[in-house]
Amino acid sequence: MKQSTPAGATGERPAPATADAGGRYLEVDDLSVSYRTAGGEIPAVRGVSFGLEPGRKLGVAGESGCGKSTVALALLRLLPRSARTSGSVLLDGEDVLAMRWGRLRAVRWSGASIVFQGAMHALNPVQRVGGQIAEPLLVHGRADPAQARGQAAELLEQVGLPAWRARSYPHELSGGQRQRAMIAMALACRPQLIVADEPTTALDVMIQAQILRLIDELVAGLDISMLMISHDLSVLAETCDRLAVMYAGRIVEEGPAEEVFAAARHPYGAALSAAFPRVGDPASRRAPRGLPGDPPDPAELPSGCAFHPRCPEAQERCSRVDPLLWPAGADRSAACVRVLTPEQERAAGVPPADEGGGADRGHTAEPDPDGAAPAQARPHPQEWS
Amino acid sequence: MSAPADPARGSAAGGAPVLSTAGLQIAFSGRSGRAAARAVDGVDLEIGAGEIVALVGESGCGKSTLARALLGLVRPTAGAVSFHGRGLVYRPRDLKAFRRRVQLVLQDPTGALNPRHTVYDAVAEGRRIHTGSTADERDHVAEALSRAGLRPPERFFLRYPHELSGGQRQRVAIAGALILQPEVIVADEPVASLDASVRGEILQLLLRLRDDYGLAALVVTHDLGLAWNIADRAAVMYLGRVVETGTVEEVLAAPRHPYTRALLSVLPESSAGEQQILAGEPPDPTRIPAGCRFHVRCPVLASGAAQAAGVADRCRSEDPGMLGGSPGVAQVACHWAHAPEPEPAEWAGPG
Repeated sequence: MKQSTPAGATGERPAPATADAGGRYLEVDDLSVSYRTAGGEIPAVRGVSFGLEPGRKLGVAGESGCGKSTVALALLRLLPRSARTSGSVLLDGEDVLAMRWGRLRAVRWSGASIVFQGAMHALNPVQRVGGQIAEPLLVHGRADPAQARGQAAELLEQVGLPAWRARSYPHELSGGQRQRAMIAMALACRPQLIVADEPTTALDVMIQAQILRLIDELVAGLDISMLMISHDLSVLAETCDRLAVMYAGRIVEEGPAEEVFAAARHPYGAALSAAFPRVGDPASRRAPRGLPGDPPDPAELPSGCAFHPRCPEAQERCSRVDPLLWPAGADRSAACVRVLTPEQERAAGVPPADEGGGADRGHTAEPDPDGAAPAQARPHPQEWS
Repeated sequence: MSAPADPARGSAAGGAPVLSTAGLQIAFSGRSGRAAARAVDGVDLEIGAGEIVALVGESGCGKSTLARALLGLVRPTAGAVSFHGRGLVYRPRDLKAFRRRVQLVLQDPTGALNPRHTVYDAVAEGRRIHTGSTADERDHVAEALSRAGLRPPERFFLRYPHELSGGQRQRVAIAGALILQPEVIVADEPVASLDASVRGEILQLLLRLRDDYGLAALVVTHDLGLAWNIADRAAVMYLGRVVETGTVEEVLAAPRHPYTRALLSVLPESSAGEQQILAGEPPDPTRIPAGCRFHVRCPVLASGAAQAAGVADRCRSEDPGMLGGSPGVAQVACHWAHAPEPEPAEWAGPG
């Protein structure tokens, strides 16, 4: 089953008011990834679409298993062989998923590069840091060995490490220094996009702040785009311009970072945000907030909205309607039936909430849509027509 | 669910502490003539009955070593650990009795649980060590599991760790601690390996255990938000010393030590004003700076505010000393914070 994303799933992303045609360096459209396993095909990413303009930072938040790292790897085709990918990933107008091998190699590092979590495992432990930073320059024929050494030293200084650190091995650096070296490596071929997968996760708060400030300065100074992936919604809200929250392989909420963090429209976004206490805020004092239950097993997704079994606001219809990313206020969207007005419900063919327990809607007891059958085919129309 | 913790706090402040350290020092000797690493360099800390104390600090500050010393797993180089006012006796028999009443919960439940043991065996193990297998073991295991929020407990008996989610595994680890009905648990980063939505649930459990059973806890963490979420008191540790202590409100909402202020200012989405990002990393515990151990990185000293307050020389040369561990008194190990002048206006940091 092609995850019930209807024919027009590309329309899942409501054209944001600010969308500038063609101005995006990265344009991901209806990206789906599934892994072939002994137990069948497991969907990890189910129709994700987003775009990124030059010089902008998009954060993708979510918990373990939501598919956020799979998205990061899919952008550069770094997934294992067992993965099957569909959709498109346009990098400067060119589809990464359709690229020939040689072209792909050229694009990696120079078009887009990736900074992984835990630089200890991403750096080669038996090669000096300088050599590792110079390597992409040499491979891409951007410099001869002497120039590459010089550039590696410059890059190290650019990320706040002394040039003599080029002669160090990764184990001689602290976690923060290794992450800086990793960033220097990612910058080596002057890519226009950096994908940072949990860049500060294993670091202490103070080192994390140092690295985030560095990233901020580099992105602003070099006018590159960044996609930052993290489980930490508060870090993304602080660092990024826009924020997408993923759950069970889908983007369930998207919008300006501060607004999503402060007032999420999707109940999962709200619960995730509330799980990050605001120190000093009396509301979170002695009141840790979590969400009962666990994320669904991707092999056995619940019917309807994948979040409904854990959703504190679930209505009866949520087990039947698989929500799309609908507009939810200015420049925002959320995949939840609660964001729809009755008119939008009718247009989208979503049954009204009257039978459910959701009394928290602004507009209750609207007269039934005049028996109108859903205009467009939507997930399971037969169930409510 | 703002549990009023004041009854518990009151008893802690009034009665003798359950678990405490006095002048505790732990040094790891250096190899081949190198200086010893003073991981814990003079700490007084008290945990009262039914009290949750957060020990906060960055990696390498000595917080985990201190926690291990509180469990009797490391012998102090100097100073002492006391349980109900009596110094720990490091004989196997005495330690065994002590560890029944003070239990450990580790960060990574996946590593802490034996993958080949069922949940039942994992929880029963501690009790078997202390009382052997008894006829009512099943009841005790069931009770511990349900206290840890795994209900109905029988459903979990025969499960293996790999069949559980991360949050459930941490609950099993907590149940394994609860079965001995300890008075205190020492939890080292109990939620650091869990997803955000699960983290809140485990923290609620710790709060509930305190409220329902009076279980005291020392929670060792780098996460100030966690301290704000559940602790009654907080102690901030830097390079082997507690540099600021008090109630969580005092330490986290009205911090006085420049280090605490800097830590709070760099929290993402912090409301604490301008970020004070400290350069570099904490020095290595084999080379603790003279004077105030924080002075080489101190933004107050660097900004000249300490000079203006007339304490800059003391910052460089005079150790502000060790803080007492007793609850009820907010304390800070900082010459500048104790300087008589009102806080100089140049300090643009949080506060």
